[in-house]
Amino acid sequence: MTARSLLVLAALLAAILAGSPAGAERLIVSVSNHRVTVTPNYSGEELVLFGSVERDADTPPGRTNYDLVVTVIGPRADMVTRRKERRFGIWINSDYRQFLQVPSYLALFSNRPFDQIASAEVQRRQQLGLNNVLLMQRVGGDYADVVPNDIFRSAFVRLRSERGLYREETSAVTFLTPTLFRTTIPLPAEVPIGTYNVEIKLFTDGALVTKADTAFEIVKVGFEQFVANTARQNGLAYGLVTAAMALMTGWMASIVFRRD
Amino acid sequence: MQLYLPIADIPVNIFLVLAMGAAVGFVSGMFGIGGGFLMTPLLIFIGIAPAVAVASVASHIAASSFSGAISYWRRRAIDPTLALVLLSGGTIGTALGVWTFTYLRSLGQLDLMIGLSYVVLLTAVGGAMAYEGLRAMLRTRRGGTVTLRRPGSHGWIHGLPLKMRFKRSKIYLSIIPVIFVGLVIGFIGAVMGIGGGFILVPLMIYLLRVPTSTVIGTSMVLTLVTMIFATMLHAVTNHLVDAVLALILMVGGVTGAQFGARAGQKIRGEHLRLLLGLLVLAVGIRFAVELVIRPADLFTIRETGGGAP
Repeated sequence: MTARSLLVLAALLAAILAGSPAGAERLIVSVSNHRVTVTPNYSGEELVLFGSVERDADTPPGRTNYDLVVTVIGPRADMVTRRKERRFGIWINSDYRQFLQVPSYLALFSNRPFDQIASAEVQRRQQLGLNNVLLMQRVGGDYADVVPNDIFRSAFVRLRSERGLYREETSAVTFLTPTLFRTTIPLPAEVPIGTYNVEIKLFTDGALVTKADTAFEIVKVGFEQFVANTARQNGLAYGLVTAAMALMTGWMASIVFRRD
Repeated sequence: MQLYLPIADIPVNIFLVLAMGAAVGFVSGMFGIGGGFLMTPLLIFIGIAPAVAVASVASHIAASSFSGAISYWRRRAIDPTLALVLLSGGTIGTALGVWTFTYLRSLGQLDLMIGLSYVVLLTAVGGAMAYEGLRAMLRTRRGGTVTLRRPGSHGWIHGLPLKMRFKRSKIYLSIIPVIFVGLVIGFIGAVMGIGGGFILVPLMIYLLRVPTSTVIGTSMVLTLVTMIFATMLHAVTNHLVDAVLALILMVGGVTGAQFGARAGQKIRGEHLRLLLGLLVLAVGIRFAVELVIRPADLFTIRETGGGAP
């Protein structure tokens, strides 16, 4: 079974559990743009996530102390983190860890620090915060996520955060009214193309009440898409055109600048 | 003005890339080298993935060396026979180089090998050229005649069989060392992802005794063909050639190369060699420093697999 179908299964189970009558609240969410298109002048974008907590008859009256955690997960990919070491006077890559199917973009937003939202146990189970998100590693023949302060894991998270691809902000979600909330999802220019899943979890009194999912995608359109597709599907033709382009440019220049 | 690159998947400042292309083009036109050893590190520096940088630079070098080659052809400064013989060796060398490249990558220390070979080659070649250029300059300043151009015109190289007359260069030479030089350049170029012009030019001058009049033009022909070949290879195997990036670099590069070629004609040969030697040496030292000094960050991340599991 692939990792993806496992994820789907997990999501289904979660949906069934969340749909049980115990959770009386319902989340209604939407992002400002479900399809971010990459055009020649694309240089990153910022999406807005809106939502509201719907209450019904079963909701305990007066329950308004809601907490929200929004998790945005970009397309997954395998990555390697290497550490340099000094050997024979020069710095070379020595040790490395493989990170399997980890999000290329990961953002966690909440309305207040995770410590105040839920207990450490709930934080770990619900993967609240960059320290608690599951990042599968392969260490030799073993597959595991190690402790948050593992040097390779923290270096990995730090390097991704420096590029704005991993982020955690515990004051990014704002409640406009006790039940209406919003947050912004900043997408730096170098975010990868693909489907982004957004998971919104509602907590009250340190326990998960309900959750909702939505998604958006970042796609190349027009010229960008054409170039990327041609490069992938018709490598030979693409190479020929590029080579011809090089010769044309060189020839044009020698005509334009011809003096003798 | 920002422009999004479709293969590199990042936006770049179009004027910055144009200027980089023009600057490297100027240098390449002036010295008759491809300039890949300058362009690739520059592109990586502005955030383009190394693999995309190497692949796209190949087509940029092809464009500037073609424009250079045309103007040298008009001045009858290209020896077609010599170029052809060099190319026959170059093709074999490239094939061997690609094979070695794949083998080294399977061992997992390709980056280190490339870094080390940059340091060794650039500092050695740059140091030797700068030293020679300086000596020649001092000699002319002291009023001595520059007879060093062809000392010992009948060295061991001229004792080799299979001699051939290269009319345009006015040399009579065995094809064995010529093919060998082509082979070495093709090999180094494929392994290190560079055109190899900065090694080819001194090899042609000092080893093959090719007169300065035809050296640069002929080396440009070799660079042109190997880089066209490399562009095709990269496009077919890795799909990493960014045509948009390449086009910006080309436009800047060919413009710069024209001015560079003119500037090169005005500078005396030994000055030119000293300058190129110093430039090559500087890049070599920069790579050496990178290997020796403790890096700011000991950790690096590299994406290894596609999105879907």
